[in-house]
Amino acid sequence: MVTRSSNGRPWTFYALAAFFTLFVLFLYGPMSAIFILSFQGPNGGLTFPMNGVSLHWFGALFAQQRSGDFVGSFSRSIALAILVLAMTVVISIMAGLAFRYRFACATAVFYMAIASLIMPGLLLGLGVGLMFQFAGIRPAWFSSALGAQLTWTLPFGLLIMFAVFSRFNRVYEEAARDLGARQWQTLWHVVLPILLPGIIGVALFGFTLSYDEFPRTVIPIGSRNTLPLEIWAMTTDVTSPALYALGTLTTAVSFVVIAAALTSIALIQRRRARRQRGHPDARRGGAEALPRTAGVRVGADAGDA
Amino acid sequence: MRAPQAASSRFTSAPYVLVAPLALVLVVFFGIPLVLVVVVSFFDLDKFDIIPTFVLTNYSELLSSPLTYTLYAKTIKYALIVWAITLVIGFTVSYFLVFHVRSILWQMGLFLLCTVPFWTSNVIRMISWIPLLGRHGLLNQSLIALGLADHPLEFLLFSDFSVVIAYVHLFSLFMIVPIFNSMARIERAVIEAAVDGGASRFRVITDIVIPLSRTGIALGSIFVIALVMGDFFVVKVMSGGQSASVVAAMSNEIAILQYPPAAANAVCLLTIVTLMVAVIMRVVDVRRELSG
Repeated sequence: MVTRSSNGRPWTFYALAAFFTLFVLFLYGPMSAIFILSFQGPNGGLTFPMNGVSLHWFGALFAQQRSGDFVGSFSRSIALAILVLAMTVVISIMAGLAFRYRFACATAVFYMAIASLIMPGLLLGLGVGLMFQFAGIRPAWFSSALGAQLTWTLPFGLLIMFAVFSRFNRVYEEAARDLGARQWQTLWHVVLPILLPGIIGVALFGFTLSYDEFPRTVIPIGSRNTLPLEIWAMTTDVTSPALYALGTLTTAVSFVVIAAALTSIALIQRRRARRQRGHPDARRGGAEALPRTAGVRVGADAGDA
Repeated sequence: MRAPQAASSRFTSAPYVLVAPLALVLVVFFGIPLVLVVVVSFFDLDKFDIIPTFVLTNYSELLSSPLTYTLYAKTIKYALIVWAITLVIGFTVSYFLVFHVRSILWQMGLFLLCTVPFWTSNVIRMISWIPLLGRHGLLNQSLIALGLADHPLEFLLFSDFSVVIAYVHLFSLFMIVPIFNSMARIERAVIEAAVDGGASRFRVITDIVIPLSRTGIALGSIFVIALVMGDFFVVKVMSGGQSASVVAAMSNEIAILQYPPAAANAVCLLTIVTLMVAVIMRVVDVRRELSG
C-alpha cells in the first residue's frame, strides 16, 4: 500500500505516514516495555536491563499474598464485567430503539447521558457513595459499583446504537411486517440479527470499560476490591516486577476479549458478504429476499460503528 | 380506520417504555448522586461526622484559600496543554487515515490499531511509562549510551512532563475517534471541486477540512478537557506526589472522610467544566454530530 509509486503519492503522504507510525509506537511502546519486564528473572528490578528471563513474578502473584486478594478481585472483576455487559447491551438496545421515535424527554435523557459520560469519575463515585450511606445500604460491587459503572458504559452504548441505527435500512422491517411478522418477531428475527455486529461492539465496550474501570468504582466498591483497585493499591506499595506481571495478565485478558469480539464481527461480515455473492436470490425469505445492494450496504456498515 | 389508530396510540407509549431503564439508571446513579454532592457541599462537619445543616463555610474556606487557586490554575494548565497536543495528534492521524489511506480495509485496520489500547487498563498503560522515563529508565540509558547526555535527565519522570505524556497517551484516542468520524463524512466531491478550482493543499485543509470536521473537533475537545480536569490518579502517580490537581486534592479529603469540603470543591469544579463545555457547545452544534 505504501509503495505504490506509480500512483504518485505526494510527499505529505510519507510525512503523515511517518507521524502515524510514531504515534502507534508511542501508543504501544510503553505497554510492550512492561510486558517484557514482567518476565524479569527473580533478581530483576523495575527497569531494564533484563536480569535473566523467568516466570517468577507471575508465580509470585499466585503464591504469595503480597498482592492482596488477587484471585478474588480478579473473579469479582470478571463477574462484574459480565453483569455490566449484559445490562449495557439490553438497556442500550432498548434506548436505541426508543430514540427512533420522537418522545417528550428525548433531549433531556440524551443530555443526561452525555453529562454522565463527562462527569469526573471520582465525583460520581462520591455521589453514589453518599447515596448509599444516606440510604443506610452497605456499598458492594454488585450494587453501588455496578450502578456507578453503568453511568460510564451506558452513554457509550447509546452513542454506538445511534451510529448503528443511523445506518440501518428500515426496508427490512417493513418487509417483515408486510410478510405478517409481529413486532417482536420483526425485532428478534430481523432487526437484531442485522444489528448484531454493532451489538457485539456495545458488548465489547460494556465488558472492557467495566473490567478496567477505576475512578468511578474506587469509592462505591465497598470492602471487596476489583482488580483495577488492587492494581492501584499495588502501584503505591509494590516495587517489584510482580506489578508488571499483573499488568501483563490483565492486559492479556483484555486482548482476548477484544480479539474475540472483533473476530466474531469480521466473521459475521464475511459470511454475509459470501451469502450475498453465493446466493443472489437468497432462499430464506424475509430479510434476505431483498434487493442485493441494500443488503451489502447494511452488512458492510453495521460493524464499523 | 380503527386499527392504525390503535397502533399509533400503542406506538406513542413504546419509546417511554424502551427508554425507561436507561433513564432510571441515569437518574438513580447520576442524577441523585449529583444532587447529593451539591446538598452535602452545604453540610457542616464535626470531626468526621456530617451534620445536615446549611452552612457556607465549605465554600468560604475553599474560596479564601490561595491553594485552591493554585490547584485550579495547575489543572486548567494541564487541560489546555493536553488539549492542544491531542488536537494536533487527533487531527493529523485522522487526516492521514481518511485522506491518505485509500483502501477501506487498511483504513479500518489502522483505525482499530489506534483504538485497541482504549479497551485496556488505563492504570497499566500509565505505569508502563515508569520503566521508560525513570532515572535508570530506558530513555536515560539510551541517551547516555549514545553520548547525548552525560547524566540521567531528572525531568523525565515525576514531573509535569511525565504527567502530560501520560495524559496524551491515555486520552488522545478521545480526540481521534470523533474527528475521524466527522472527517470520514466529508464528501470527496467538495475537495475535488476545490482542487480543480486551484486551491492549494493548505487551503483545502483550512477552508474545507477544518470547518467540516468542527463537530468532531468540538466533541473531542469536550472529552479531553473533561477527562483531564476530572483526573486524579495520573497526576498522583506520574508527578510522584510533586504536583496535584483539583480532584487529586479532593480524593485526599475523601480519604480522610472530609466529605462536605470535598463536595464543595466538586461543585466548583463541575461549574467550571460545565462552563467550558457550554462555551464549546455554543460554538458548535454537537448534538447533531452525536445522534446523526
